[in-house]
Amino acid sequence: MKYALFLGCNIPARVHQYELSARAVLTALNVELTDIRAFGCCGYPMRNSDLETYLLFSAKSLALAEREGLDVLTLCQCCFGSLKMAAHLLATNAALKEGVNEFLDKKNLHYGGTGKVTHLLSLLHNDVGEAVIKKSIKTPFKDLKIAAHYGCHALRPSNVMQFDDPVAPKMLDTLVSLTGAKSVDWPQKLECCGAPLMGVNDDLSMRLAVKKLAGAKASGADFLSVSCPWCQIRFDDAQVEDDGVVKAGLPSILYTQLLGLGMGIPGEKLGLSRNNKDFSGINTLIANR
Amino acid sequence: MFYSISLYLALGVFAIGSVYKLYTWLTWKVGVFGSEFTGSQRLWAAIRGVVVVIFSARVLVLLRTLILDVILQLRIAKESRLRWIGHLLMYSGFTLLLLMHAMENLITARLFSNYYSTLNPFLFLRNFFGLMIFTGIGIAVYRRFILKVPRLMTNIMDRYIIAILAVIIVSGFLLEGSKMSSYSEFTRMVEDYSFIYDEVDRLALESYWGLEYGTVSPNVKRPFEEQMVTEGHGLHEDYCAHCHAPNKSAFAGYAVARGMGPIALFLDRINTTAVLWHIHFLACFFGLAYLPFSKMFHIFSSSFGLLANAVMNPKQSHPANIATRQALELDACTHCGTCSLRCSVAVAYETNGNLMVLPSEKLTFLKDYAAGKNFSQGVIDAVHEGFCLCTNCNRCTAVCPVGINLKDLWLSARESILEKGGPDFLVLSPFSFFRGLNRRLLPARGYERPLNAAMETMGAAFPLVQKTESLIPVIPADPMFKAQTLNSPCGATFVNCFACENCTTVCPVVQAYENPQDAVGLLPHQIMRSLGLGQKDLALGSPMLWNCLTCYQCQEHCPQGVKVTDILYELKNMAVRSVTAGSLNHPSRLDN
Repeated sequence: MKYALFLGCNIPARVHQYELSARAVLTALNVELTDIRAFGCCGYPMRNSDLETYLLFSAKSLALAEREGLDVLTLCQCCFGSLKMAAHLLATNAALKEGVNEFLDKKNLHYGGTGKVTHLLSLLHNDVGEAVIKKSIKTPFKDLKIAAHYGCHALRPSNVMQFDDPVAPKMLDTLVSLTGAKSVDWPQKLECCGAPLMGVNDDLSMRLAVKKLAGAKASGADFLSVSCPWCQIRFDDAQVEDDGVVKAGLPSILYTQLLGLGMGIPGEKLGLSRNNKDFSGINTLIANR
Repeated sequence: MFYSISLYLALGVFAIGSVYKLYTWLTWKVGVFGSEFTGSQRLWAAIRGVVVVIFSARVLVLLRTLILDVILQLRIAKESRLRWIGHLLMYSGFTLLLLMHAMENLITARLFSNYYSTLNPFLFLRNFFGLMIFTGIGIAVYRRFILKVPRLMTNIMDRYIIAILAVIIVSGFLLEGSKMSSYSEFTRMVEDYSFIYDEVDRLALESYWGLEYGTVSPNVKRPFEEQMVTEGHGLHEDYCAHCHAPNKSAFAGYAVARGMGPIALFLDRINTTAVLWHIHFLACFFGLAYLPFSKMFHIFSSSFGLLANAVMNPKQSHPANIATRQALELDACTHCGTCSLRCSVAVAYETNGNLMVLPSEKLTFLKDYAAGKNFSQGVIDAVHEGFCLCTNCNRCTAVCPVGINLKDLWLSARESILEKGGPDFLVLSPFSFFRGLNRRLLPARGYERPLNAAMETMGAAFPLVQKTESLIPVIPADPMFKAQTLNSPCGATFVNCFACENCTTVCPVVQAYENPQDAVGLLPHQIMRSLGLGQKDLALGSPMLWNCLTCYQCQEHCPQGVKVTDILYELKNMAVRSVTAGSLNHPSRLDN
C-alpha cells in the first residue's frame, strides 16, 4: 500500500504530533507514504467566498498525486471533505472540470479524476484491516473509556464522502476497541466540534466545543479521541482557557496516538508532549504495565 | 585625489546609512507586538539580550548558526542546489575579491611581503574570483529571466543588484583587458621597470609581449619575426618576468585583451583604460555608499536575523527585542521568493492576481509601510485581503533561507493592517481560525472590528432581513437571481424543498440560541424558501450564512435531497460577489 500523504495546513503548523504519530503507526503497519512537496491548501476556507478558486486548490493537489499515479491519504477530515467534494463536483459538472483543466494545463498538470482520496481512518479500517491492527497491538489498554469523535466532514454529506454510516457510524468505535479501550456511547458523538466558527463567532464555537466535552464526560469517558486537526485544536484549546468557563477536564487524544500507545510505540515518537492537555495518566490504563 | 575623495565620500555615506539602518531597527513598528516600547528601551533591551546570550551556553547555538546558516548557507541548499551554488559563488567570490584585491594595501600586501598584483597566484585568482561572481550573476539571471522560477517576482531592487554587480565585474575584466592591450600602459612599464633604451631591443620586447601578453603595438604587427620574439623573450626574462606573471594566467582579462586587439590602438588613443578605471572604482564606491539602502544590506541584516532567531523564542525573549527583530527582518528579506514559491495558497494569487497574497510581496509592502510610506486605499484593501487569505501553515517560515520568522511577523502585522481597510469577507470563513486561536495574544481592542465591518456591510447590502416589519413583495420575484441559483452547481435542488424544517431542527447553530432568529436571521428552511420565492435580499442577507458550521447535518437529514449546506456555500459566494462587484482593486497592475 502506497499513498501520497496530504498534510494540509494545520497539521504541519500546529498539530505536528498528528503527523508524527500517523507516520509511526503507518510505518509499523507497512503502509508506504510519499510526500509531494507541491501539495498546497485543499481550498476548504476558500469555498466560503469563491467556489471556483476552491476547486483549483483541490484540483491542483489531486492532479499532482494523479501524475505520480498515487491515491491521496489525508489525516484531516476537512481536507478529506474538501478534496472529496471537489472530486465529486468535477466528476458531475463538465464545465467546472474544463475550467479547472484550463488552469492546470498552464502548469503542465491535468486532472482526470482517476485518483482516489482516502482518510486515515478508512485506510486503517478498510485497507489495513481489523485483523492486522489487532495483531499489532502489543500493549492493549484495560479499563480505558474513550469518547470517539467522528468529525463532520468525513461523515457528511454521506453520498459524496462514502465514509461510514452517517447516522450510526462504527469505524472509529471499532478502531478504538481494537486497542483494548472501550468506546462509550454518548449523545453528541456526531456533532460538530465548533472549529469552523473559531475566529468568526468565538462564543458559539466555544459553546459547541464545551457542550461536546461535557457530554462526553457525562458519559463516563476518560478521554476524547479525534482524527482531525481542527477538532483536536478546538478541544485541546478549549481546555487551556483559564477563565473558569471551561473545566471539562477531558483531554483529547488523536486516534493515531492512542493506537500507537496500544502498539507499544514510545510516547515521544507519538508527540504526546505536544498536546496541550496532559494525558500522561493514560499510561496507567495500559494492561501489561 | 579624486579617487580618495570619492572613496571617503562612499565610506561616509555607508557609515551614515548603516547608523540610519540601526536606528530604523530600533524604532520601526511592524505590528502590534512590542509597539509600546520606545527606541531607547529597545536599544537597552537589545544590548542586554546580546550580552546575556554571549555569556551563556547559547553562544554555542550562535556559533553553530554562524557556520551552518550564515557562512555555509545550508538553508539555501535545502531549497535549491542551483541557487545555493549561484549564491555561494557570488558571495564567496565577492568577499575574496574585496579582501585580496580591493583592500590589497591593507591586507594582501601585509600578508605577503613580495606582493605584486601582477604576480601569480594573485593575477590568476583575481580572474578566478571574478569568474565566480560572473557565473553567480549568470545563474541569478538564468533563474529570474530564463528559467522563470514560479512566483519569483523581480522588482527594481533585484534588477539593481544584478546590474551593479555586473557593472563592477564586467568593468573589472574590461579594465584588465584594456590595460593588457594598451601600448601606453606597456610604455609606462618599460620606462618604469627596465633599462631598455635601444630601439631594436624595445621592438623585440614589443614583439614578445605582442605575441604572449596581448599588447598591441603600433610598431610591430603579427606575424612577429621569430628572431625578434626570441630576443624579446630574453629581455622579458631580464626586466619583466620577476614581477609580472604571464597575462594568460589572467584568463578573462587576456581573452578581453585579445578581443580588443583590432581596435586596441584606437582604444588606447582615447584613453579607454582611464575611463574603465573610473567606471570600475566609481561603481564599487557607489555600491558601497548605496549598500545600506539596498537589499545588499542583507549581508548584515540576514546574518543578524539568522543569529537572532537562533537564540530567541516568543515565550522567553523580551517583547521589545521581538519588535526590534521584526524590524530587522524586514531588511533581512532578500526578495528571493522562496516563501511565495512554497506558499499554500499561492493558487489564489494566480486566480485573483493580488500580489499581496504572496508572502514575499507582503513583506516588501510591510517594509514600506513601517517606513511610513503612504498607500492608496486600493493597495491597503489588497493587503488586507492578502493578510486574510492565509492559512497560517507556517511553510514560509520553514523555508525562508534567511530564517525570517514570518509566522510571527504576520501575526503581529495582521492586526495593524486589519485596523484599516476592508471590509474583507474572508474573515467570515475558516481563514479566521488562527486569529481566533490566538485571540488571547492579540489586543482586545480591534479584534472584532474586521468581523463586525464585514457583517455590517453585508447587512447594509441586504437590509430586508433586518426590517422584519416591512412587507415583502412576493411578485415580482427576482427572476435573474432565481435563474442564477437554478443554474449553480448545487443550487437547483432547492426546488424540492417542501418546508418540513428538518434542516433547521438538526442545525446545531439554531439549537445553540434561545431565539435563533434574533441571532442569525433567517433559519435554514426559511432561506430555502426565500430561494423558491426568488427573494435575493432574504437569501443573501441572513447572518445564518456566516454562522453556518458547514457540518452538513441539514443536508444529510433533508428528506427531499436538497443540498442545504452546499446551497448556503453558494449563497455566500453570491453575497460576496454582489457586494464586492466592481469594488475590488488589486495591485496586480501596480509596479512594486
